[in-house]
Amino acid sequence: MTEYEHVTDDMEAVVEATELPKRLKTEVYETLETKADEHGGVTIEQATDIVTGVENRYIETRVDPLEPVGTVSAQSIGEPGTQMTMNTFHYAGVAEIDVTQGLPRLIELVDARKTPDTPMMTVHLEGEYATDRERAHEVVWSIESTRILALGDVSTNVADMLVRIDLNDDTLLERWPTHSDPTEVAGIIAETIEDSLGVDARQAGTVIEFGPNEPSYRELLQLVERLREIVFKGIEEVERVVIRKEQLEDGEEFVLYTEGSAFGDVLEIEGVDASRTTCNNIHEIYRNLGVEAARETIIDETKNTLEEQGLDDVNVRHLMLVADIMTNNGEIESIGRHGISGSKDSVLARAAFEVTVNHLLDAAVHGEYDELDGVIENVIAGKPISIGTGDVDLRMGSRVVGDD
Amino acid sequence: MQTPKVLGGIDFGLMDPETYRDMSATKVITADTYDDDGYPIDMGLMDPRLGVIDPGLECRTCGSHSGSCNGHFGHIELAAPVIHVGFTKLIRRLLRSTCRECGKLALTEAEREEFGDRLERAEELGEDPHDVLKAAVRQARKASTCPYCGEPQADIKHEKPTTYYEVQDVLSGDYSEHIAAAMQPDEEEDDPGTSPQELADKTDISLERVNEIMAGEFRPRKEDRRAIEKALDIDLTEEDMNKLMPSDVRDWFEDIPDEDLEVLGIDAEHSRPEWMILTVLPVPPVTTRPSITLDNGQRSEDDLTHKLVDIIRINQRFMENREAGAPQLIIEDLWELLQYHVTTFVDNEISGTPPARHRSGRPLKTLSQRLKGKEGRFRGSLSGKRVNFSARTVISPDPTLSLNEVGVPDRVAKEMTQTLNVTERNVEDARQYVRNGPEAHPGANYVRRPDGRRLKVTEKNCEELAEKVEAGWEVNRHLVDGDIVIFNRQPSLHRMSIMAHEVVVMPYKTFRLNTVVCPPYNADFDGDEMNMHALQNEEARAEARVLMRVQEQILSPRFGGNIIGAIQDHISGTYLLTHANPEFTETQALDLLRATRVDELPEADGVDDDGREFWTGRTLFSELLPDDLNLEFTSSTGDAVVIENGQLIEGTIDEDAVGAFGGEVVDTLTKAYGETRARVFINEIASLAMRAIMHFGFSIGIDDESIPPEAEDQVDEAIGSAYDRVNELIETYRAGELESLPGRSVDETLEMKIMQTLGKARDSAGEIADQHFGDDNPAVVMARSGARGSMLNLTQMAGSVGQQAVRGERINRGYEDRTLAHYEADDLSAEAHGFVENSYRGGLTPEEFFFHAMGGREGLVDTAVRTSKSGYLQRRLINALSELEAQYDGTVRDTSGRIVQFEFGEDGTSPIKVSSGEGDGIDVDGIADRVLESEFASDDEKERFLGERAPPTNLSEHAGPGLNKADELGVESDD
Repeated sequence: MTEYEHVTDDMEAVVEATELPKRLKTEVYETLETKADEHGGVTIEQATDIVTGVENRYIETRVDPLEPVGTVSAQSIGEPGTQMTMNTFHYAGVAEIDVTQGLPRLIELVDARKTPDTPMMTVHLEGEYATDRERAHEVVWSIESTRILALGDVSTNVADMLVRIDLNDDTLLERWPTHSDPTEVAGIIAETIEDSLGVDARQAGTVIEFGPNEPSYRELLQLVERLREIVFKGIEEVERVVIRKEQLEDGEEFVLYTEGSAFGDVLEIEGVDASRTTCNNIHEIYRNLGVEAARETIIDETKNTLEEQGLDDVNVRHLMLVADIMTNNGEIESIGRHGISGSKDSVLARAAFEVTVNHLLDAAVHGEYDELDGVIENVIAGKPISIGTGDVDLRMGSRVVGDD
Repeated sequence: MQTPKVLGGIDFGLMDPETYRDMSATKVITADTYDDDGYPIDMGLMDPRLGVIDPGLECRTCGSHSGSCNGHFGHIELAAPVIHVGFTKLIRRLLRSTCRECGKLALTEAEREEFGDRLERAEELGEDPHDVLKAAVRQARKASTCPYCGEPQADIKHEKPTTYYEVQDVLSGDYSEHIAAAMQPDEEEDDPGTSPQELADKTDISLERVNEIMAGEFRPRKEDRRAIEKALDIDLTEEDMNKLMPSDVRDWFEDIPDEDLEVLGIDAEHSRPEWMILTVLPVPPVTTRPSITLDNGQRSEDDLTHKLVDIIRINQRFMENREAGAPQLIIEDLWELLQYHVTTFVDNEISGTPPARHRSGRPLKTLSQRLKGKEGRFRGSLSGKRVNFSARTVISPDPTLSLNEVGVPDRVAKEMTQTLNVTERNVEDARQYVRNGPEAHPGANYVRRPDGRRLKVTEKNCEELAEKVEAGWEVNRHLVDGDIVIFNRQPSLHRMSIMAHEVVVMPYKTFRLNTVVCPPYNADFDGDEMNMHALQNEEARAEARVLMRVQEQILSPRFGGNIIGAIQDHISGTYLLTHANPEFTETQALDLLRATRVDELPEADGVDDDGREFWTGRTLFSELLPDDLNLEFTSSTGDAVVIENGQLIEGTIDEDAVGAFGGEVVDTLTKAYGETRARVFINEIASLAMRAIMHFGFSIGIDDESIPPEAEDQVDEAIGSAYDRVNELIETYRAGELESLPGRSVDETLEMKIMQTLGKARDSAGEIADQHFGDDNPAVVMARSGARGSMLNLTQMAGSVGQQAVRGERINRGYEDRTLAHYEADDLSAEAHGFVENSYRGGLTPEEFFFHAMGGREGLVDTAVRTSKSGYLQRRLINALSELEAQYDGTVRDTSGRIVQFEFGEDGTSPIKVSSGEGDGIDVDGIADRVLESEFASDDEKERFLGERAPPTNLSEHAGPGLNKADELGVESDD
C-alpha cells in the first residue's frame, strides 16, 4: 500500500511509469489524494487521464534537446545587469546594516571573491533562544566582539605610567549573563588583559589598572592602542549584531543579523540553529558545509541581489546553471580569467578571452594540441559550432535505400 | 572547385632554427625594400619570393597571383643569438633549476620522480599543474650543488626584460688589503692585532704562503680563504655578477635532458628550450605586412617591415664589426641593440623598455599588439568577422506592418541579393528578374552559368541575358516581399536582439518596423540605426524562419513571459477603450476595428437614447480574443479583469493585460494558443489601440500639470510644516538631545530623520497634487495604465521635485561647511542641502537648479560606469557558459561532454515556456478538476485537452491558417 490513503498501487504504477520529475509526481499524488476526498474516490481510469494530461503538459514545457542553455542563461543574467544600480550601499532588510547591493555585488559573486566587500550573517536561533529576548541576547553577546570601549572608560595616567579601566557594572552583567558578580567578570577581563598584553594588572572591584613593565611613554601609549584591539568576548570578525523580531512561517522569532562573518565559529555557539543560519560569504559556506551548500548559497545570493533591484522575474534556472558551473569541479571557481574561462582545454578559447599572447606562448612550450571542438574555436576556424542546429548530424539522403 | 579545407586541430610548439631555414623562401640580407625603379630588391624585405601583394605580379615561389598566394616566410640569420621576450620567465626558471655545468635538473632521482608523479596526478585530477611546476622549480633552486656532477650552483639574477646574471661569491680584488687591515693592531679597541705567524698557525697555512697572500701575489684557494675569513672574522668575497650572454644560455639549455624537461612541464618533442633563444629570425611574408601606396605615389611600409629593417641593419653592422675585430664593448652594445630590436619586434609593450616608435612618434604595432585586445586578431578578426550582404540605416516606426515584418528601403533591396536556383518551374520568374536588370526593383544583379562563370547583369545586357537563362543557372535576384532577413540592434544583450523578419520593400531610406518590437531590441526612433543581414543559403533561411522569426521570440527566456506586446500609446489606447467602457456607434465601431481581421460586428450591446445601436469598448476589444479564452487577473490600474469565453466581462485592459514584459493576455495566448495566434493578437491590439487613441484624442501639455492656486497653497503648507519639523530636529540635535538610532551616530541619525521628513513632504505634496487631477488627465491616464511615466513623475511636475541626493545622502559638498556661498556655514536646513521645494512646472530657483544638476550628474556618471561594468560581466558570463548545451537525455553538458547538470534547472523545465514565478508551470489541480468534474463531450475533446498539442506550423506572414496575407492580395482595393 502506498503512503497515500486513496492512491492505489495501480495508480502508483501509472505515475511511476511516467517521465515526470519527482516534485511533479508528489504533486500528482497529493492532488489525487485531495480530489479523492472531495469527490469520494478517483477511478483508475480518471487517474490515468490526469496523469496523461500532466505528463503531456510536462513534456511540452521541457527544454528542447540541443538548446544552448548556457548562452541563454548568461544573457538572462547579463542583460538585466544593465538595469541595475551602481550604488554600492543600500539598506537590505535591516536598516542598521549596510550591505553591498546591485551590480557590484553580482560581480563580486561571479568573481567568487575570497571575502565579500561587506560580510554578513543571518543567524537563526533554536528553542527558547528564538522566542525569549533575554536568551537571544545571550547569543548576541557570544557572537558580537566585545572590546574594552564597550565595557567601561579607559584613562591614561601619564604621571604614574598607568592605564586605568573603569568598568561599568551593568554592562558587565549584561554581557556576561551567566555571572552575577561584576567583580568576578572584571577578574576575567583582567586575566585576558594580562595574557594578551603581557603586563601585570591590578584589579580592585571593577577597576583595573596596569602599566608597562618598564616605564616608557611609547610603551604606555602602545598598550592603550593594543588594549582597544583585544576581544574580550564574542567573535573577532563580527563587529556588530542586530537583533530583530521577525514574522516567520511558524510564529514570531528573533533573528540576528551580523556585520562581519565567521560562519564556522557561529555554528558552534549554543542556541544557534545551524540548519537555518546563513552567511553571504560563499567560501565560508564552502569550507564549513561543503560544495553543495556553496551552490545553494550562490543561487540564493544572486537571486536576492536581483530581487533587491526589482529584477525578481529572472528565472532561477539561469542562476542554478551559473552556480552549477561555478561548483562543477567540487570547489568554487570564479567566472573569468582566473576561473572557468582560464582553465578551458582549448588554447584558442583561452586566447580569445583574455591575455591572448601568454596563452599562445605557454601552449607552445607545453606542446598543447587544440581539438577545435568548442564554440569559440569553431567560430575562429570557420566551422559550424557544435551547439543547437550545428550539433545535428542528420542529412537528407540523396539516394533511396537499396537504390544501388 | 576545390573543396574547402576543414581544420581538424592545431598543434602548438616552438620551431627548430633548422625548420625556419627549411621553410624559408629566401634569406633576407638587405634592409632596403624597393630599388629606384620601384622594383623589389632581391633578398630584400619585399623579395617577390615572399609573396605578392601587387595585383598582376606573379609569386616567384608558388607562381600564383596576389589573392591566391598566402605568402611565404623568409629568414634572417642573426649574427648572434638573442632571447625571445615571450619566454623570459621560463628561461629564468630553467636557469635557476638546472645545473650550469651538466644541464640536468638539480633534483635527486627520487625528487624528480615525485614531482613527475605529482604532475601526472594533477593532470588526471584536472588541477592546475602550474602549482606542481612551481614547487619543482623552488625545490631545484634550493640545491647549492648539482646532485649529479657536484658543480656548485650560482644564483640567477634576472634584469628585465632580457638580461640574466649569474651571481657568485668570488674573492674580492683587494683581498690583501682586507687581510692586512684586519691584522693591524687597533689600540682604541684593545686589539693586539695578528701577526702573520699567528695567522699561519690558526689557519694551517704555511707562513710563506701567508706572506705571499698578504703581498697579493697569491690568490688563496677556497679552503684557505675560508680559514682566513674564520680566523680574522672578515669577509673576503664580493658578489660577482657574471652576465650570461644569450649564446651562453643557449649552450646551457642544449644540455638539459628531455626527461628533466618533462618534470618542468615542457614538451621536449615540440619545444626544446634552446629554441627559445633565437638564432634565426623568420621573416613574415609580405602579405602579413603589406605596404600601402599613397596618393602621391610614395610607399608607406607596414610597422613590421620598419622593425625588420632595423633588425637587418643592426645585424649587418654587428657582423661587420665582429669581422673587423671591434672591441668587446662595441660588440656587446650592438648585441644589446639587436636584442632590443628583436624584442620590440615581438612585443612593443614590454614594461621597462622604451617602445620602438614610428618617425611620427607613434609606437609601432608589432606582433603581440596585432594579436592582443579587442581590436586584435583574436577578438577583432577571428571571433568577430565581417560579412557581405549586410545593410545599416536609421529605423523608423510603421504601425501598418506586422511585427514579423521589416520595411526595407528599395535601394537596400536592390543591393542585397538572394540566389535563385533556376529550375524548369521558375525559369520564367528568373528571366523576368534578369530582364528587369539591376536598376528596376525586383531585378537581378548577377547570373551564374552552369559552368561556374559569373556575369554581371547591366542595363545594357539584361534583355539579352534574360533569354539565355535556363534551368541550372543561378540568378542573384533582389530582395522581394516575403524574403527572410536577419535584423539586429546593438548592443546585442540577449537573443531577442537578433531576430528574423520578413521583407516588405518600401520607398525612402529607413528601415521600418512595427513599434511592438521595440522592447526586445530596446529600440526607439530618436536616430537609432539597425543592421540587416540577407541570408545566403537555404539552410540559414530555414533556420531563421523556424527559430529566429519575431513571433518565435515573443516569450523571453529570462522570465518566461512575453517581451513583445503593447507599449506606450497602445496601452493608453486600450485603457481609454476599456476603462470607462464607452459606447460607440456602428460607424465608430467599424472604424476602430478596420485594421483587424474582424469585418463583422457582433450583436449590439444596446440601443442609445436616439434609438441607435451601440457597442461598448470592451465588446470591441473582445472581438480580438479567441472565443474560448478564460482568464482572471488584476490590472495595473487595480481593478479585477474577467474574461469569460473570449468576452471581456469587466476590468481595464492596460499594461498588465497586453503590455510587453508579461502582459497576461498576450502571455496566455502565446502559451496556450501558439505563437501565430499571439502574433495576430498583438498586431491587432496595436492597430485597435491606435484607432482608439485617435478616436478619443490624446495629448499632453504644460497646462495638464498645473494645479489650482488653493492646491498650491496646500503644497506650500505641507512643505512649510516639513521645514518646521526639520528645524525642530536640528534644534534638538544642536541641544545634544537627539537620540541616535541603534548602530548609527547622532549625525547619521539626524541626516536620516531629515531625509525621511523631507521625503514625506514630497509625497504629501504629490498627494495634494494628485487629488486635483481628474481621472481623465492624460498624465494620470498614462501613469495609471502603465503606458509611460509614474505618479512620482507627476508629483515632481506638479507638486515638488523633492530632495536631491548624491551618493544616497543630502548634498553635502562644495565649500567648507556649506554647499554654496548663499548659505551660512554649518547651515543644516533643508534648502541649504539640496531640497527642491518647487515643481518642474513652477520652476526652480537658481540654487535648486544647481543642486538638481548635481543629482542629475551622478545619474549620468552612474550610467556610464554601469554600462562598461555590466558589459564586461556579460562577456565573462557568456564566455564561461557558452559551451553548455541541453542534450537528448536531458543533461546539460559542455562541448567536451562534461556533465554540468543532470537535469536542466533540476526539473528539465524550459525557462521559456514557464513564467519565473510559477515553479514548473503545470496546473495539476486544474487538470484533475477538468477530468473529474465534467465528462468530455467527445474523445476528440478529451484528446485535445489531455493529449499532445502541436501548434500548427506557420512559416510566413503569407501563409497560414486563416491568417493568410497573400489571400488579401487578390482583393481589390476599394478606394
